[in-house]
Amino acid sequence: MDGKRIKGGARAAALIGTLCLVWACSGGDSGRVLLQNKGSDTLVNLAQAWAENYRAVKPAVAIAVSGGGSGTGIAALINGTVDIANASREMHPEEKEQVSARNGKDATEHRVARDAIVVYVSKDNPLDKIKLADLACIYAEDGTCQTWTSLGVEVPGCADQKIIRVSRQSNSGTYEFFRDAVLGKGKDFKLGSRDMQGSKDVVDLVSKTPCAIGYSGMGYITSDVKVLCLAKDASSPCVAPTPESARSGQYPLSRWLYMLTLGDPQGEVKGYLDWILSPAGQKIVVDSGFVPVN
Amino acid sequence: MGSDREHAGGPHGLGRSRTAVAAERVIEALIRICGFSAIFFVFSIFLFVLLSGSDFIVHRLDLREFLFSAEWVPTSVSNKRYGTLALTLGTFSVTGLAMLIAVPFGLGAAIFVSEFTDGKVKEVLKVVIELLAAIPSVVWGFVGLVIMNPLIIAIFDAPIGLNVLNGGILLGLMSVPIIVSIGEDAIKAVPDSYREASMAMGATRWQTTVHVLLPAARSGLLAAVLLGVGRAIGETIAVLMATGHAVQIPHSPLDSVRTLTATIASELGETARGSDHYQALFTIGILLFVLTFVVNLSADLIVRGVRGEQR
Repeated sequence: MDGKRIKGGARAAALIGTLCLVWACSGGDSGRVLLQNKGSDTLVNLAQAWAENYRAVKPAVAIAVSGGGSGTGIAALINGTVDIANASREMHPEEKEQVSARNGKDATEHRVARDAIVVYVSKDNPLDKIKLADLACIYAEDGTCQTWTSLGVEVPGCADQKIIRVSRQSNSGTYEFFRDAVLGKGKDFKLGSRDMQGSKDVVDLVSKTPCAIGYSGMGYITSDVKVLCLAKDASSPCVAPTPESARSGQYPLSRWLYMLTLGDPQGEVKGYLDWILSPAGQKIVVDSGFVPVN
Repeated sequence: MGSDREHAGGPHGLGRSRTAVAAERVIEALIRICGFSAIFFVFSIFLFVLLSGSDFIVHRLDLREFLFSAEWVPTSVSNKRYGTLALTLGTFSVTGLAMLIAVPFGLGAAIFVSEFTDGKVKEVLKVVIELLAAIPSVVWGFVGLVIMNPLIIAIFDAPIGLNVLNGGILLGLMSVPIIVSIGEDAIKAVPDSYREASMAMGATRWQTTVHVLLPAARSGLLAAVLLGVGRAIGETIAVLMATGHAVQIPHSPLDSVRTLTATIASELGETARGSDHYQALFTIGILLFVLTFVVNLSADLIVRGVRGEQR
């Protein structure tokens, strides 16, 4: 019996020892700095590319990037769980208040790239261009456009010519930007759209669904969908989403992409943001399909 | 309780040291805590969900709007609306279709495995069916998104393949293993004397199954189905990916829907803690809790009924 107890005791000691070891290992990484970076799904691929390239510039800094939507990133900034939040829209006034109230510091917005929201349909769709008013007619709560025939086209392979609206989940910055810019401030989307969790999902679904129309950041465009040329109104010419038209603001749905920090960035966060705005960082913006700041 | 301990410390405990007796008491207490912890966790989760939504429930919840309005627009700037009817009907329509698929397949498989096969075939079938349960739900969702979506568009000439049908088929396949394994247990639990008596009366195997075993295992089979229903109502990520995630009341299996679980999953991460939207999502959690609780409780009561009958 005594022998048994000793054995048990040894086992317990070994277990405790192992636990301590695991703990020590996870805490023993103090030489490296880990920055948490979270938010916009539009920005996530670009942020990932920055993080990977920054490893070669400064090996001592590791950056953990995750998506989830601009709202998710800003919520994390409010809760103080990220160093840098990514957003594809400006912060709401009440979000800014919450950041200040919770953290005692104001949020700072850094413009890191420029983007155009691209509207696209399936490759079989004969439509080439669309007016903003028609987009509102398709997506808005009070819009009446239900079929492709009402827009003057016939889509092969599309049952009943029904327009399948593909949209984003409501914490997406792209969703809010599109809502405010296309439907108008204070308006809402018509219920019943397919609300995808990411920009890539929208492109995927539209490419496989002849009836569909969707929108997302220009960095997600593939050759499997057809990009529409956008006209502001009936009298203006349609503008294709290109780096030039996005930068000049000629394209009706161009916007800034932001990184948000608490107060003025310090230390490694500042180093990282400075590098992002440097020519090396902005070259990655171009490689990812977005438009550089300058 | 006290008498138990006396008994334990009685004739067997004579030669024991005081530490051994103390250790035994500690272990006893630990095991008791383990037992009660399940109750503790369930109630604290319920309490947490309830408290997280309480402010909204008390001050701003319009129960009629919440339950009977189909308009879920929590992020509107001008006119926020918190109606869950479309979401509840989404959950019910997908679950209902899933059961239409899973019940015949599941019970059929349970009957086949328990009564009509033996040896190797039975073992292989059981392993493979349990393997079906081991497929992660996100993989099912992926199948729905990538394989079923174009298939449904092509076969049914539907405008989109992410709909009730897609989600229902996936959930059905996910519920089958639960229904099979519990259903098989229920049929197996019918005493052999029933089978022997039936055979002795000249009944065939099929007649024995239909007229003797199924009625005898009735309540166990019902419990199997209800547990399958619970699985289907609670499933999140597969339905999020396969149903199209569209807030609308479905009129046909080819309409896209959104379920209660998928709404919580996709929106909770975004909301500022404590906001109306956040609390409304917790209120959906309570609704879901009540729904699954009713299903699980009835399953449990029925299982108890089976045990009572067999005693």
